[in-house]
Amino acid sequence: MRLLALCFLPAAVAAAAAPLRRGSGLRPAALVAAALAHTALTASLWWRPPAAAVPPETVGWLGVDALGLLVLSVNSVLFLAGAVYAVGYLRLDAPRGGRIFVSCLLAFLTAASVVALSQHLAMLWVGMEAATLAVAPLIFHRRDRRSLAAAWKYLVISSVAIALALLGIFFLATAQAGVAGRPLLVPDLVAGARALQPAWLRAAFVFLLVGFGTKMGLAPMHTWKPDTYREAPGLVSGLMAGALTSCAFLGVARITQVTVAAGLGGFARPPLVGFGLLSLAVAAAFVLAQRDLERLLGYSSVEHVGLLALGLGLGGFGAWGSLLHLVNNALVKGWLFLVAGNVVLATGGPASAANRGLARRLPVSGILLLLGLFAVTGSPPFGLFQSELTLLRAAFAAGHPVIAMTMASLLALIFAGMAALVLEMTLGGSGEAAEAPAPAARESRWLVASPLALAALVLMLGFYIPGPLQSVLARAAAALGGSVP
Amino acid sequence: MPPAAQLLLLLVMLSDFAVLATTRLSGCIRALAAQGLLLGALPLVLAPLSAHTVVLALGTVAVKAVVLPRFLAWAIREASVRREVEPLVGFVASLLLGAGAVALAFGIAARLPLARMPDALLVPAALATLMIGFIVLTTRRKAITQVVGYLMLENGIYLFGLTQTASVPFLLELGVLLDVFVGVFVMGIVVFHINREIDSLDSEQLTEPAD
Repeated sequence: MRLLALCFLPAAVAAAAAPLRRGSGLRPAALVAAALAHTALTASLWWRPPAAAVPPETVGWLGVDALGLLVLSVNSVLFLAGAVYAVGYLRLDAPRGGRIFVSCLLAFLTAASVVALSQHLAMLWVGMEAATLAVAPLIFHRRDRRSLAAAWKYLVISSVAIALALLGIFFLATAQAGVAGRPLLVPDLVAGARALQPAWLRAAFVFLLVGFGTKMGLAPMHTWKPDTYREAPGLVSGLMAGALTSCAFLGVARITQVTVAAGLGGFARPPLVGFGLLSLAVAAAFVLAQRDLERLLGYSSVEHVGLLALGLGLGGFGAWGSLLHLVNNALVKGWLFLVAGNVVLATGGPASAANRGLARRLPVSGILLLLGLFAVTGSPPFGLFQSELTLLRAAFAAGHPVIAMTMASLLALIFAGMAALVLEMTLGGSGEAAEAPAPAARESRWLVASPLALAALVLMLGFYIPGPLQSVLARAAAALGGSVP
Repeated sequence: MPPAAQLLLLLVMLSDFAVLATTRLSGCIRALAAQGLLLGALPLVLAPLSAHTVVLALGTVAVKAVVLPRFLAWAIREASVRREVEPLVGFVASLLLGAGAVALAFGIAARLPLARMPDALLVPAALATLMIGFIVLTTRRKAITQVVGYLMLENGIYLFGLTQTASVPFLLELGVLLDVFVGVFVMGIVVFHINREIDSLDSEQLTEPAD
């Protein structure tokens, strides 16, 4: 029951909130209420897990395993932060009363929950497609030519990717033909993995990796990412970089899970490592000359999904590091994109290098942006330091010192590139401080509460990983054929 | 292996080439509609007749042969797009590419181990349609022809799905769902275009300055 509620509650709220009148303030309230209910239901899955991982009333299609629970929780927390932020955001910038905005966000939450809870790969695919579609109208937010171009690029690349993923699922069904077990259900696929036809399983892995990898934004299929994140409002970019990529990662993780269980880990790992390193290299090359904060964060997202794929490909405790990085990445991306959204709201234009001296003009957001620079590039004491260190250690442990050294030097380059722009924006001397609007009016409590909370969580994960999270990480890593460091 | 299925699959491949060869957008869309009609007829001859196959056939024809082509034609009319296809690669070159794709499709299909095959031509036709769709998607300039290419790519996936109707009965419905997805996205884009009074649906004009 709780699983069904997680999937359909946001959609029900969206339907109920759609006819509300504009300006009543009820719509943002409905959004926050739905997010709170979703987080509460997710939390209840941690404290009191359902009797059976795959409850009978869902015919095996919905269930909570460690991997799914991790993605569900990350999405839920990030969405709650986004919903609280949206209350402040919709007061300042709400085309047509925010009706489309709120409905699309809630539809996205429904779709993302379906992805996280799917035990059936075709249903996971349907959820992924719905999530892709739900955010598309939000990209075309500024209603100008550039955002039209970004939305078109996003739609064409995503649709082709998602079509390839569907073909991959057909291949997987073909691989399973004649094997005992219900078609395309993850537990049955894993149990009967050794009997799957290897040729078709390999083809399925390649197509699903390319399809969902494009949705994650792995290089060289990342080209939609910087444009899309620049055009969408900060809140939406944060959800895409944190939640949508986590869902796509889950798709890649599921097929990796089946492939590893079939004893084809040696086939699956090299492409994952290759895509990972290429993403790091592309991010390093493009952050260096970047003048726009949101595009910069787009390339930073390419870097982080690259790390996710890399960890999955390294084996050993790489998978564990990758899953910890999934949590860190979602939280830090939410934090930074919300702050970038504040910069856009306060200056009325794109968050480019022309905005200097933000630490003085927007005290809270400016400082958060500066701290975020260190967090997102994996500096101590933040959580990303822990996960990136684990990935480096996993590369050494797996006997790949070259991969580890390449990774470390690319991360250093990315730090240099990001620092150049962020330091200029936050601490650089401000020539046009006079024309800036009064900061107090533009930096309301609603707008800074969520990034502050997310920053606190990222900081906490740098020192302390709570016990329940540790056990879920360990179980999820074991499902991917990995171990705990 | 019913001969009717073979004939239908050959016609599907012929319609692939019709899309590649035609110089006018309306011709492209007519070829796509014909392909949709053929795809709708295929489940009726491949699978045993049941309520499920009839519904599937009707749904496929409705979406692929009626709704989407009409919608594309409407979009061209509303946005007053110029009627030529405007390829980036010449017509002869794209036909040669298409012929190469068909040869490749037969080559790959011969190597794939398939236990239960409803029809020997099904996999080659699926792969050829998929690849030719990809060629159209990447070598035509207009947004609307990119959508045609994408729909062909997806028709190829649908054809492949026909090999699996016995074991996973709702896979094809997923393909139809993908159509609705595309329908919605094209509609959105076109409405945006009309709102913004951008005069042509040329995707080249939608490219931005690179980094």
